[in-house]
Amino acid sequence: MVGIVIVSHSTHLAESVIEMAAVMAQDTPMAAAGGLEDGSFGTSFEKITAAIDSVYSDDGVLVLMDLGSAVMTTEMVLEMMPDRRVEMVDCPLVEGAIVAAIQAAGGADFEGIKESLKGVAGTRKF
Amino acid sequence: MDQPIGDSDHGINLARGFGAVKQKAAVMEGQDIGTALKTAGMTLVSTVGGASGPLYGSAFMKGGMALAGKKEMNLDDFLYMLDAAVEAVKQRGKAVEEEATMLDAMCPSLGAMKAARDEGKAAAEVLAEGVKAAWAGAAHTKDLVATKGRASYVGERGLGHQDPGATSYSFMLEVVAGALK
Repeated sequence: MVGIVIVSHSTHLAESVIEMAAVMAQDTPMAAAGGLEDGSFGTSFEKITAAIDSVYSDDGVLVLMDLGSAVMTTEMVLEMMPDRRVEMVDCPLVEGAIVAAIQAAGGADFEGIKESLKGVAGTRKF
Repeated sequence: MDQPIGDSDHGINLARGFGAVKQKAAVMEGQDIGTALKTAGMTLVSTVGGASGPLYGSAFMKGGMALAGKKEMNLDDFLYMLDAAVEAVKQRGKAVEEEATMLDAMCPSLGAMKAARDEGKAAAEVLAEGVKAAWAGAAHTKDLVATKGRASYVGERGLGHQDPGATSYSFMLEVVAGALK
Protein backbone atom coordinates (compact mmCIF):
# COMPACT_ATOMS: atom_id res chain seq x y z
CA MET A 1 0.00 0.00 0.00
CA VAL A 2 1.19 3.52 -0.78
CA GLY A 3 2.41 5.34 2.33
CA ILE A 4 1.64 8.95 3.21
CA VAL A 5 3.89 11.39 5.06
CA ILE A 6 2.67 14.72 6.40
CA VAL A 7 5.32 17.42 6.86
CA SER A 8 4.39 20.50 8.85
CA HIS A 9 6.10 23.21 10.89
CA SER A 10 3.89 22.11 13.75
CA THR A 11 4.10 18.78 15.56
CA HIS A 12 0.44 18.93 16.49
CA LEU A 13 -0.72 19.93 13.02
CA ALA A 14 1.10 17.03 11.32
CA GLU A 15 -0.21 14.51 13.86
CA SER A 16 -3.74 15.85 13.76
CA VAL A 17 -3.95 15.78 9.98
CA ILE A 18 -3.02 12.12 10.13
CA GLU A 19 -5.50 11.42 12.91
CA MET A 20 -8.21 13.01 10.85
CA ALA A 21 -7.31 11.14 7.67
CA ALA A 22 -7.02 7.87 9.56
CA VAL A 23 -10.66 8.05 10.65
CA MET A 24 -11.59 7.06 7.12
CA ALA A 25 -8.52 4.99 6.31
CA GLN A 26 -7.18 3.10 9.32
CA ASP A 27 -5.06 0.75 7.24
CA THR A 28 -3.09 3.34 5.28
CA PRO A 29 0.51 3.63 6.46
CA MET A 30 0.88 7.26 7.50
CA ALA A 31 3.61 9.09 9.39
CA ALA A 32 3.91 12.61 10.74
CA ALA A 33 7.03 14.76 10.46
CA GLY A 34 6.02 17.89 12.32
CA GLY A 35 8.14 20.47 14.09
CA LEU A 36 11.70 20.20 15.33
CA GLU A 37 13.20 17.56 17.63
CA ASP A 38 12.48 19.72 20.70
CA GLY A 39 8.84 20.20 19.66
CA SER A 40 9.26 23.81 18.54
CA PHE A 41 8.08 25.10 15.17
CA GLY A 42 10.16 24.27 12.12
CA THR A 43 10.91 21.41 9.77
CA SER A 44 13.40 18.69 10.50
CA PHE A 45 15.45 16.83 7.90
CA GLU A 46 15.84 13.89 10.29
CA LYS A 47 12.16 13.69 11.19
CA ILE A 48 11.12 13.75 7.53
CA THR A 49 13.67 11.06 6.66
CA ALA A 50 12.53 8.88 9.57
CA ALA A 51 8.86 9.34 8.69
CA ILE A 52 9.45 8.25 5.08
CA ASP A 53 11.50 5.26 6.26
CA SER A 54 8.74 4.21 8.65
CA VAL A 55 6.04 3.90 5.96
CA TYR A 56 8.19 3.05 2.94
CA SER A 57 7.49 0.06 0.71
CA ASP A 58 7.96 -0.67 -3.00
CA ASP A 59 4.49 0.79 -3.53
CA GLY A 60 6.01 4.19 -2.77
CA VAL A 61 5.42 7.13 -0.46
CA LEU A 62 3.70 10.43 -1.19
CA VAL A 63 4.68 13.44 0.90
CA LEU A 64 2.32 16.33 1.58
CA MET A 65 3.75 19.50 3.10
CA ASP A 66 2.61 22.81 4.50
CA LEU A 67 4.73 25.75 3.33
CA GLY A 68 8.20 27.24 2.88
CA SER A 69 10.92 25.23 4.58
CA ALA A 70 8.62 22.19 4.73
CA VAL A 71 8.83 22.08 0.94
CA MET A 72 12.54 22.88 0.70
CA THR A 73 13.61 20.49 3.45
CA THR A 74 11.52 17.68 1.97
CA GLU A 75 13.07 18.40 -1.42
CA MET A 76 16.53 17.89 0.09
CA VAL A 77 15.48 14.68 1.85
CA LEU A 78 14.20 13.28 -1.46
CA GLU A 79 17.44 14.22 -3.21
CA MET A 80 19.24 12.00 -0.70
CA MET A 81 17.10 8.97 -1.68
CA PRO A 82 17.16 9.07 -5.50
CA ASP A 83 16.52 5.34 -5.91
CA ARG A 84 13.32 5.37 -3.92
CA ARG A 85 9.78 5.89 -5.10
CA VAL A 86 9.00 8.99 -3.06
CA GLU A 87 7.46 12.22 -4.35
CA MET A 88 6.10 15.48 -2.99
CA VAL A 89 2.57 16.46 -3.94
CA ASP A 90 1.47 20.08 -4.26
CA CYS A 91 -2.05 20.18 -2.82
CA PRO A 92 -4.06 21.46 0.17
CA LEU A 93 -2.75 19.61 3.21
CA VAL A 94 -5.91 18.47 4.99
CA GLU A 95 -8.05 17.67 1.96
CA GLY A 96 -5.08 16.10 0.19
CA ALA A 97 -4.25 13.88 3.16
CA ILE A 98 -7.82 12.63 3.39
CA VAL A 99 -8.06 11.92 -0.35
CA ALA A 100 -4.65 10.22 -0.42
CA ALA A 101 -5.32 8.10 2.65
CA ILE A 102 -8.69 6.87 1.40
CA GLN A 103 -7.35 6.16 -2.07
CA ALA A 104 -4.38 4.26 -0.68
CA ALA A 105 -6.62 2.20 1.61
CA GLY A 106 -8.79 1.41 -1.42
CA GLY A 107 -5.80 -0.01 -3.23
CA ALA A 108 -5.03 2.88 -5.59
CA ASP A 109 -1.43 2.91 -6.79
CA PHE A 110 1.20 5.66 -6.60
CA GLU A 111 0.35 7.28 -9.93
CA GLY A 112 -3.39 6.91 -9.37
CA ILE A 113 -3.26 8.76 -6.05
CA LYS A 114 -1.09 11.51 -7.55
CA GLU A 115 -3.67 11.93 -10.27
CA SER A 116 -6.51 12.19 -7.73
CA LEU A 117 -4.59 14.77 -5.74
CA LYS A 118 -4.31 17.02 -8.79
CA GLY A 119 -8.03 17.60 -8.52
CA VAL A 120 -7.93 18.52 -4.82
CA ALA A 121 -6.66 22.08 -5.24
CA GLY A 122 -9.46 22.88 -7.67
CA THR A 123 -12.25 21.44 -5.53
CA ARG A 124 -14.34 24.27 -4.10
CA LYS A 125 -15.71 24.10 -0.59
CA PHE A 126 -18.86 26.03 -1.45
CA MET B 1 15.49 39.68 12.62
CA ASP B 2 12.21 38.61 11.02
CA GLN B 3 9.81 39.34 13.88
CA PRO B 4 7.72 42.02 12.09
CA ILE B 5 7.48 40.24 8.74
CA GLY B 6 8.02 36.54 9.39
CA ASP B 7 7.81 33.86 12.05
CA SER B 8 10.53 35.27 14.32
CA ASP B 9 12.89 32.34 13.92
CA HIS B 10 15.69 33.43 11.60
CA GLY B 11 18.27 34.45 14.21
CA ILE B 12 17.39 31.59 16.55
CA ASN B 13 17.55 29.06 13.72
CA LEU B 14 20.90 30.28 12.44
CA ALA B 15 22.38 30.40 15.94
CA ARG B 16 21.35 26.77 16.41
CA GLY B 17 22.61 25.77 12.95
CA PHE B 18 25.98 27.47 13.10
CA GLY B 19 26.37 26.38 16.72
CA ALA B 20 26.11 22.81 15.43
CA VAL B 21 28.61 23.59 12.66
CA LYS B 22 31.02 24.90 15.29
CA GLN B 23 30.76 21.60 17.14
CA LYS B 24 31.87 19.86 13.95
CA ALA B 25 35.03 22.01 13.78
CA ALA B 26 37.28 19.20 14.94
CA VAL B 27 35.95 16.88 12.22
CA MET B 28 36.23 19.58 9.57
CA GLU B 29 39.80 20.40 10.46
CA GLY B 30 41.08 17.25 8.80
CA GLN B 31 38.96 17.68 5.68
CA ASP B 32 39.72 19.44 2.40
CA ILE B 33 37.83 22.68 1.81
CA GLY B 34 35.18 21.09 -0.39
CA THR B 35 34.40 18.36 2.13
CA ALA B 36 34.44 20.80 5.05
CA LEU B 37 31.93 23.05 3.28
CA LYS B 38 29.74 20.06 2.52
CA THR B 39 29.90 19.00 6.17
CA ALA B 40 28.87 22.51 7.19
CA GLY B 41 26.03 22.52 4.64
CA MET B 42 24.71 19.13 5.70
CA THR B 43 24.84 20.22 9.34
CA LEU B 44 22.85 23.38 8.54
CA VAL B 45 20.21 21.39 6.66
CA SER B 46 19.85 19.04 9.64
CA THR B 47 19.73 21.63 12.39
CA VAL B 48 18.40 25.02 11.23
CA GLY B 49 14.73 24.04 10.94
CA GLY B 50 13.59 26.98 8.80
CA ALA B 51 13.91 27.84 5.13
CA SER B 52 17.40 29.22 5.70
CA GLY B 53 18.50 25.61 6.46
CA PRO B 54 17.91 24.23 2.97
CA LEU B 55 18.97 27.57 1.44
CA TYR B 56 22.28 28.11 3.24
CA GLY B 57 22.74 24.34 3.39
CA SER B 58 22.49 24.06 -0.40
CA ALA B 59 24.76 27.09 -0.78
CA PHE B 60 27.49 25.50 1.36
CA MET B 61 27.07 22.07 -0.22
CA LYS B 62 27.19 23.34 -3.82
CA GLY B 63 29.99 25.73 -2.88
CA GLY B 64 31.83 22.73 -1.47
CA MET B 65 31.34 20.77 -4.68
CA ALA B 66 32.92 23.68 -6.57
CA LEU B 67 36.05 23.38 -4.40
CA ALA B 68 36.18 19.58 -4.15
CA GLY B 69 39.60 18.33 -3.11
CA LYS B 70 41.12 21.78 -2.57
CA LYS B 71 43.40 22.25 0.42
CA GLU B 72 43.88 25.96 -0.19
CA MET B 73 41.63 28.64 -1.56
CA ASN B 74 42.66 31.79 -3.40
CA LEU B 75 40.45 34.75 -4.27
CA ASP B 76 39.38 33.25 -7.61
CA ASP B 77 38.42 30.01 -5.88
CA PHE B 78 36.43 31.95 -3.31
CA LEU B 79 34.46 33.83 -5.96
CA TYR B 80 33.99 30.63 -7.97
CA MET B 81 32.58 29.00 -4.84
CA LEU B 82 30.19 31.93 -4.32
CA ASP B 83 28.98 31.61 -7.91
CA ALA B 84 27.98 28.04 -7.12
CA ALA B 85 26.43 29.13 -3.82
CA VAL B 86 24.31 31.83 -5.49
CA GLU B 87 23.12 29.35 -8.11
CA ALA B 88 22.22 26.88 -5.37
CA VAL B 89 20.11 29.45 -3.52
CA LYS B 90 18.35 30.53 -6.72
CA GLN B 91 17.56 26.94 -7.55
CA ARG B 92 16.47 25.86 -4.08
CA GLY B 93 14.40 28.96 -3.41
CA LYS B 94 13.16 29.31 -6.97
CA ALA B 95 13.98 32.98 -6.54
CA VAL B 96 15.75 35.75 -8.42
CA GLU B 97 17.08 39.15 -7.34
CA GLU B 98 14.73 41.95 -6.30
CA GLU B 99 12.37 39.64 -4.39
CA ALA B 100 13.59 40.73 -0.94
CA THR B 101 15.65 37.63 -0.15
CA MET B 102 19.24 36.79 0.74
CA LEU B 103 19.96 36.95 -3.00
CA ASP B 104 19.67 40.73 -2.79
CA ALA B 105 22.81 40.73 -0.65
CA MET B 106 24.54 37.76 -2.29
CA CYS B 107 24.30 38.89 -5.92
CA PRO B 108 25.40 42.54 -5.65
CA SER B 109 28.24 41.65 -3.27
CA LEU B 110 29.50 38.95 -5.62
CA GLY B 111 29.29 41.40 -8.53
CA ALA B 112 31.22 44.03 -6.57
CA MET B 113 33.90 41.52 -5.56
CA LYS B 114 34.37 40.30 -9.13
CA ALA B 115 34.71 43.89 -10.33
CA ALA B 116 37.26 44.65 -7.60
CA ARG B 117 39.18 41.47 -8.43
CA ASP B 118 39.26 42.45 -12.11
CA GLU B 119 40.69 45.82 -11.10
CA GLY B 120 43.54 43.90 -9.51
CA LYS B 121 42.73 44.74 -5.91
CA ALA B 122 44.03 42.59 -3.05
CA ALA B 123 41.80 40.00 -1.43
CA ALA B 124 41.17 41.97 1.78
CA GLU B 125 40.09 45.01 -0.21
CA VAL B 126 37.93 42.91 -2.53
CA LEU B 127 36.16 41.39 0.46
CA ALA B 128 35.69 44.80 2.06
CA GLU B 129 33.93 46.02 -1.08
CA GLY B 130 31.83 42.87 -1.11
CA VAL B 131 30.70 43.54 2.46
CA LYS B 132 29.80 47.12 1.58
CA ALA B 133 27.74 45.97 -1.41
CA ALA B 134 26.08 43.24 0.66
CA TRP B 135 24.88 45.72 3.29
CA ALA B 136 23.72 48.13 0.59
CA GLY B 137 21.81 45.26 -1.03
CA ALA B 138 20.31 44.28 2.31
CA ALA B 139 19.21 47.88 2.92
CA HIS B 140 17.64 47.93 -0.54
CA THR B 141 15.30 45.09 0.47
CA LYS B 142 13.44 47.67 2.59
CA ASP B 143 12.10 49.09 -0.67
CA LEU B 144 11.01 45.71 -2.03
CA VAL B 145 7.76 43.81 -1.59
CA ALA B 146 8.67 40.23 -0.75
CA THR B 147 7.32 37.57 -3.09
CA LYS B 148 9.05 34.60 -1.45
CA GLY B 149 8.87 33.08 2.00
CA ARG B 150 6.82 34.11 5.02
CA ALA B 151 7.25 37.81 4.26
CA SER B 152 5.28 37.32 1.04
CA TYR B 153 2.15 36.81 3.16
CA VAL B 154 2.69 40.19 4.79
CA GLY B 155 3.02 41.80 1.34
CA GLU B 156 3.25 45.56 1.25
CA ARG B 157 3.15 45.83 5.04
CA GLY B 158 6.70 44.46 4.93
CA LEU B 159 7.96 47.56 3.12
CA GLY B 160 10.53 49.39 5.21
CA HIS B 161 11.73 46.19 6.87
CA GLN B 162 15.11 44.77 5.95
CA ASP B 163 15.08 41.15 4.79
CA PRO B 164 16.52 38.83 7.46
CA GLY B 165 18.26 36.54 4.96
CA ALA B 166 20.01 39.45 3.26
CA THR B 167 21.01 40.68 6.71
CA SER B 168 22.41 37.36 7.92
CA TYR B 169 24.34 36.92 4.69
CA SER B 170 25.89 40.35 5.09
CA PHE B 171 26.98 39.45 8.63
CA MET B 172 28.50 36.23 7.32
CA LEU B 173 30.51 37.92 4.60
CA GLU B 174 31.64 40.51 7.14
CA VAL B 175 33.06 37.75 9.33
CA VAL B 176 34.97 36.28 6.37
CA ALA B 177 36.29 39.73 5.45
CA GLY B 178 37.27 40.33 9.08
CA ALA B 179 39.41 37.18 9.04
CA LEU B 180 41.44 38.57 6.14
CA LYS B 181 42.29 41.88 7.76
